[in-house]
Amino acid sequence: MTETDEYWDLEIKPKSSLFDLKLKDVWSYRDLLLLLVHRDFVSFYKQTILGPVWFFVQPVITIIVYNLIFSNLAGIKTDDIPGPVFYLAGTIIWNYFAECLTKTSTVFKDNSAMLGKVYFPRLIMPLSIVFSNLIRFGVQLILFVVLLLYYMLSGYHIAPNIYIALFPFLILMIAALGLGLGMIISAATTKYRDLAFVVSFGVPLLMYTTTVIYPLSEVIKKYPAYSWLIKFNPLTAVIETCRYGFLGKGAFSWDLLLYSSAVTIVILFTGIVIFNKVEKTFVDTV
Amino acid sequence: MAKAIKVDNLSKAYQLGDFGTGTISRDLERYWARLRGKEDPFLKIGETNDRTTKGESDVVWSLKDLNFEIEQGDAVGIIGRNGAGKSTLLKILSRVTSPTTGTIKVKGRIASLLEVGTGFHPELTGRENIYLNGAILGMRKAEIKRKFDEIVDFSGVERYIDTPVKRYSSGMYVRLAFAVAAHLESEILIVDEVLAVGDAEFQKKCLGKMGDVSKGEGRTVLFVSHNMEAVSNLCNTGLLLNNGEIAFSGTTYDTIAKYSVVADEIFKSKITDHALSPDVKVDLFEIDKSEIITGNDLAFNLTISCTTNNNFQSVAIFIYDEYDQKVSFADLRSNDLFAVSAIKNKINISGSLLHLPYLPGKYKIGLHVQSNLLLKDFFGLLHFEVLQKPMTDDILPYPLHVRGRTEIDYNFTIK
Repeated sequence: MTETDEYWDLEIKPKSSLFDLKLKDVWSYRDLLLLLVHRDFVSFYKQTILGPVWFFVQPVITIIVYNLIFSNLAGIKTDDIPGPVFYLAGTIIWNYFAECLTKTSTVFKDNSAMLGKVYFPRLIMPLSIVFSNLIRFGVQLILFVVLLLYYMLSGYHIAPNIYIALFPFLILMIAALGLGLGMIISAATTKYRDLAFVVSFGVPLLMYTTTVIYPLSEVIKKYPAYSWLIKFNPLTAVIETCRYGFLGKGAFSWDLLLYSSAVTIVILFTGIVIFNKVEKTFVDTV
Repeated sequence: MAKAIKVDNLSKAYQLGDFGTGTISRDLERYWARLRGKEDPFLKIGETNDRTTKGESDVVWSLKDLNFEIEQGDAVGIIGRNGAGKSTLLKILSRVTSPTTGTIKVKGRIASLLEVGTGFHPELTGRENIYLNGAILGMRKAEIKRKFDEIVDFSGVERYIDTPVKRYSSGMYVRLAFAVAAHLESEILIVDEVLAVGDAEFQKKCLGKMGDVSKGEGRTVLFVSHNMEAVSNLCNTGLLLNNGEIAFSGTTYDTIAKYSVVADEIFKSKITDHALSPDVKVDLFEIDKSEIITGNDLAFNLTISCTTNNNFQSVAIFIYDEYDQKVSFADLRSNDLFAVSAIKNKINISGSLLHLPYLPGKYKIGLHVQSNLLLKDFFGLLHFEVLQKPMTDDILPYPLHVRGRTEIDYNFTIK
């Protein structure tokens, strides 16, 4: 047997191709992904009395506060939709995005003890964050549906329509956006931690650049010249489409959705590529 | 024999001090050079990783130009001083970090045990943690399920398996963690010093399990340890690293022998001008050998002084083993001691410790000093190592853990 035709299972090299995403590796570790999600879910409510009920508490209180301040006090219109449903739709989507983004952006730092000791495809870690939060999102979605049914039965004019079918696709977009942006930031923060500070105060502020607490129609009406700024945020199309499907109100357009999808794909892909590049040596710098 | 691991020109550079080169502009310069496919302008080739001297550049080579091959089924002990590059090598092999240059080719699945209990979550139960930890180490769920009973059995924590691990004692925690790792099915197992945990009985069990893995199951084992006894029991070949380079590779026995030469700086057999307190100091304390064989004598010479004329009421030499168990105490009190220390502020004691009945291993020497100014034990002043007495008739010595605490002289006849 000469050296050239010897077969090796694995070759450890300083650099690998930029686009070698090792997705096959990720697939072979899918059990780990499930167990990490299970861990996050179970450890969230261990030693609490209310248990999973805590998943509801945060959005409920948030929409009560939003309703009081933005709707009653500031008088921001909600497209003739009852405040609580309107805010809840925006809030749970925004929370899902924000959680994915902030948790992913610190994934190297938070898990350095584990990542520094054992190898598994690093992509598993951010993916587990996305899936863990998806469960939380799912639970909160139940709350939303209950509230929606309540208002429909109380005679409010809410008209769910066929665009609900886009919902799974929209979820995928939020997850991809949060994951992609988070991975870009996480890669950047292994060396310079400055960005981590930007994330911690920037993400809550970012909420105001998308249509969580106001409808897009209101912006177009009041500030027609600046509405592009809001539309520029890829999440706007997601939230608006979602509201349109469930509530029958909202500014839905295929163009905007297409734009958001394109941005999402670019961000996700960039994120994965950068993440894969950094994961090989982040242990030395984090 | 087929090769399991082949390492070519492996090097790993680390940045000293702050990360980044310090300024963004230098970082950019570096990036620009790399983009054009040039050498990194801030990496200087040729400096060795000697931590005691200050190098010229702030980049050190933790590993430099390593070339070696490991055969399938070998148990390789990787030894070397702290900072020799052992852990870096294991980190690269287990893909936690990637090399700066060079390649490693591997046949088969690698399981690395750089630390036991990685990813254990305190809130989860033992059962949940077995699954999680197993998956982190690369096992499929079905595989863990199949081995679950075996793992629990090995760990001996069956009663607490549905209790959150944060309620475990640290020993139980470690036992459970090792049990998971020990049941990994991989062709290559990398182990770093995990045996330094747990009680003696469990350590024995771990060593036994690792012996089964390499000898019985024919898997390749890479084992890093400072415990030479464990290395010589487990491994059939050795690799000695020194300052990031391979200093020696060969049989375990030869490698360990070479290591004791390298390690001589650590096994201090002499100290001078060592202050015990502001007033009392050891001017000289030496033993004549740093290595003895069981039953040999060890000569010592001690000069101890004090700022004032001072009655030393007691001086004693004590010896303790690597588990910090005191094994002997040589009381040096005598009328001469009292008489001399009453009139002189510097006393010299010399003598021999005779027929030391110690099992092979590392031992440390401390001083017990009692004077008008001081009553204290001083640990770790000198070190020496006891080596295995040569056996006759090609008989292999029993492993240490079955041999009790001391070696005795005996004779026998057989008819």
